[in-house]
Amino acid sequence: MRMWTQSHLCQKPQRVSSVLAAAFALIFLLLGASQSASALPAFARKYGLRCSACHESWPALNNFGLKFRDNGYQLMNDRDAPIWQNPGYWPVTFRITPIWHRVSSLQETDVYTSGNPLPTGSTAARITSSGFDLSGLDFHTGGTLEKNISFYVLPSSDSTASFHFETVMARIDNIANSPWLNIKVGRFELNNLLSEKRILTLTANGGVYQTYHFIPVGDGNIYGQMGDNQFGMEYVGHSVDDRTRVSAALVSSNDGNVNLVTGGNGYSGFFTFDQGVDFGKLGVSRFGAYAFVGEAATYYRTTGGTPTSPGAPIPGSGIGNKGFSRVGFTGQIYFGPHFDVNVVTQHGEDNAWFGQGYGNPIAPSNGTTTVTCTNAVVIPGCTLNNSPGTTLAPGSRSPIWNGYTVEARYVYSPQLIFLGRFEAERMQQQATPGTLPSLGNITNYVIGYRYNPFMTSRAGFAYHGEFNLIHQDGTGPLTSSGTPTDINTSELLFGLDFDF
Amino acid sequence: MYTNLLKQSWLLGVVVALCLSAASYAQLTTYQQEGWLNTPAASSHIGNITGDAKAAALPYRRFCVGCHGELGDGNGENAVWFTTPMYAQPRNFQLAIFKCRSTPTGTLPTDQDLYDTIGRGMDRSNMPQWNPMSRQERADLVAWIKHFSPRWQTEKPGTPIQIPPEPEITPERVKAGQAVFARMQCYKCHGVQGMANGPSASTLTDDLNQPIAAFNFTDGSRPKCGDTDTDIYRIFMTGLDGTPMPSFVDNIKPDEAWDLVFYLRSLQRHNAYNSKEREIARQLGLKPVDPNAPPAQ
Repeated sequence: MRMWTQSHLCQKPQRVSSVLAAAFALIFLLLGASQSASALPAFARKYGLRCSACHESWPALNNFGLKFRDNGYQLMNDRDAPIWQNPGYWPVTFRITPIWHRVSSLQETDVYTSGNPLPTGSTAARITSSGFDLSGLDFHTGGTLEKNISFYVLPSSDSTASFHFETVMARIDNIANSPWLNIKVGRFELNNLLSEKRILTLTANGGVYQTYHFIPVGDGNIYGQMGDNQFGMEYVGHSVDDRTRVSAALVSSNDGNVNLVTGGNGYSGFFTFDQGVDFGKLGVSRFGAYAFVGEAATYYRTTGGTPTSPGAPIPGSGIGNKGFSRVGFTGQIYFGPHFDVNVVTQHGEDNAWFGQGYGNPIAPSNGTTTVTCTNAVVIPGCTLNNSPGTTLAPGSRSPIWNGYTVEARYVYSPQLIFLGRFEAERMQQQATPGTLPSLGNITNYVIGYRYNPFMTSRAGFAYHGEFNLIHQDGTGPLTSSGTPTDINTSELLFGLDFDF
Repeated sequence: MYTNLLKQSWLLGVVVALCLSAASYAQLTTYQQEGWLNTPAASSHIGNITGDAKAAALPYRRFCVGCHGELGDGNGENAVWFTTPMYAQPRNFQLAIFKCRSTPTGTLPTDQDLYDTIGRGMDRSNMPQWNPMSRQERADLVAWIKHFSPRWQTEKPGTPIQIPPEPEITPERVKAGQAVFARMQCYKCHGVQGMANGPSASTLTDDLNQPIAAFNFTDGSRPKCGDTDTDIYRIFMTGLDGTPMPSFVDNIKPDEAWDLVFYLRSLQRHNAYNSKEREIARQLGLKPVDPNAPPAQ
């Protein structure tokens, strides 16, 4: 009770200040609504088209933008090669988003008793924090090197300016003058109809599609995350008007990590098909399917071990490949120019070895440091290494789950969009018999809006507002009585999302 | 002093009056256009699809306004950048003068002509192929385009020209086409080898007095108004209104027009065009026309 009282007293002023700050942010956003800016996003600048020509709301593509991308960032109008551009043209755009956000989540917290400066235990308590913050910085560089030969390079940083290459690829399009023959090689986003890299939301849990990243609790297969950019090569074919699209990608099973530090000798395939159907006044809707099937390493050779202390995994030495699959349907259904619904379903299955935690040699970073797992050290979130002769625990079985994402968008005008998203990930079969059937189930809600106060071919600028609430069964901290809690995390975010 | 003040007041009055006139003219234009939205002309008929101009307000704003402008005057924010002959100016819909038509020169195009242009795009310009749009959306945009100009209120589209069936390609026809090319003096703009380097090429301007380039048959470019044999036939029989390319319908017989199509195909020496006509011209050993040669009898 005393804990609650303290917490209650502490939180009240915090809530007041949060509300004040939110009000401040809103007023700031509204007052700024008449401002304007000019900038040169790379493709719009090259072709003199407004952002809205390709984007339903930047960065999400509409059908025309999808065709532009499928043609290798070309309009196919004989002026695609850079030789036709002003020599000063440099296809670079940067994007960053100053934000204010409020995050509230259940976390394990220490319990203190009166007069004792040291914690006497721990319990689950809701922690709420709010303040001004920053997104990462993206440098989008992309375009044609010559007619039908194009590139995309995206150095991307987190909010501390620590950079990595999010996307690096070269592509050759319209081979033999056929739109059905296009190849790209590098690190790229899988050909998801509902693109996560073009997601319209920014919060930590709402800024990704949970369906694309779902991993059962205790599962060591990080390689099946179709929302992560992957290394490989991809074939894409499409009809001239882009109504029919097919793709097949061969990717390394290392979840897009460089230098082959994860995985090593496993490959996966990602296959998609979708068909646009002209429904007259309702618009062109798309229906498709995908399959992500492959195999990935479940254990690693080690080095530096002794009879009493196992060694560390050798990067890239992954062996013992086991299979996994993710299959589902996709839909992008338009109900006229103002309203559309996007759907992705997923049926996922991992090999039983993954289900028991084998696979991932790298522990999650937890926002601080990334730790390499070893046999001897068990780190939360880190999996045990395998070794020759290891057998699975009796009864181990493949984890199986089903999930779906539904995102509805209301386009009031090309400058103002509202969206709502619902995601559900449900375990069908846990890897270990006797496990709570719903353990790890995710339910995710997102609502938001983006308002572009101006719309030109020179800049992108949006007032962004969003609320996200995510719920996961049984994965929260233990209560003082030792009962596992469900995770409920909410985030409210306002930002100025701009690119130049 | 008072005289000066009076003078200044007079000048100020003139300036204010001019500004008000300009503003009211612009306002009137908008007002008129809005009024035309409620007329039968603000609809289109593409096969069994009826386009409604009012439904196109959002797509026009999303896709078109950056070049063609809010008032359809071709003065969108990007128009200022299309300043070289390599980039055609955005179409001014208020004038209702269109290059790509199936109708005789000087007449309005059919709804289908405008619909085809939207889907086909315009090569060598910033007008892309908008075929990812639904057919209804394109039909609506055709209707929207028609609400910009008073011409649609008072005129009907022309009657599409008749195009006879395409004859078989023969060496004789290719050779005859070259004679038509010489007789019509096509080389004056397009050059004797079709390289857009004829003696008049550098002086060409469109109806708005903007520099414009002749079509180069040799660099792999596609004609703006379509790339089939029938499209090419149609282009020089209807002319490209608003440009120096006239209609030859009164000067060339239909049979001769097909000959000319075949000869023009033979000029397309780019690898993208590996045509039968090109092979025939090679076998015939056709030399470029000689501008100084006496006219054929």
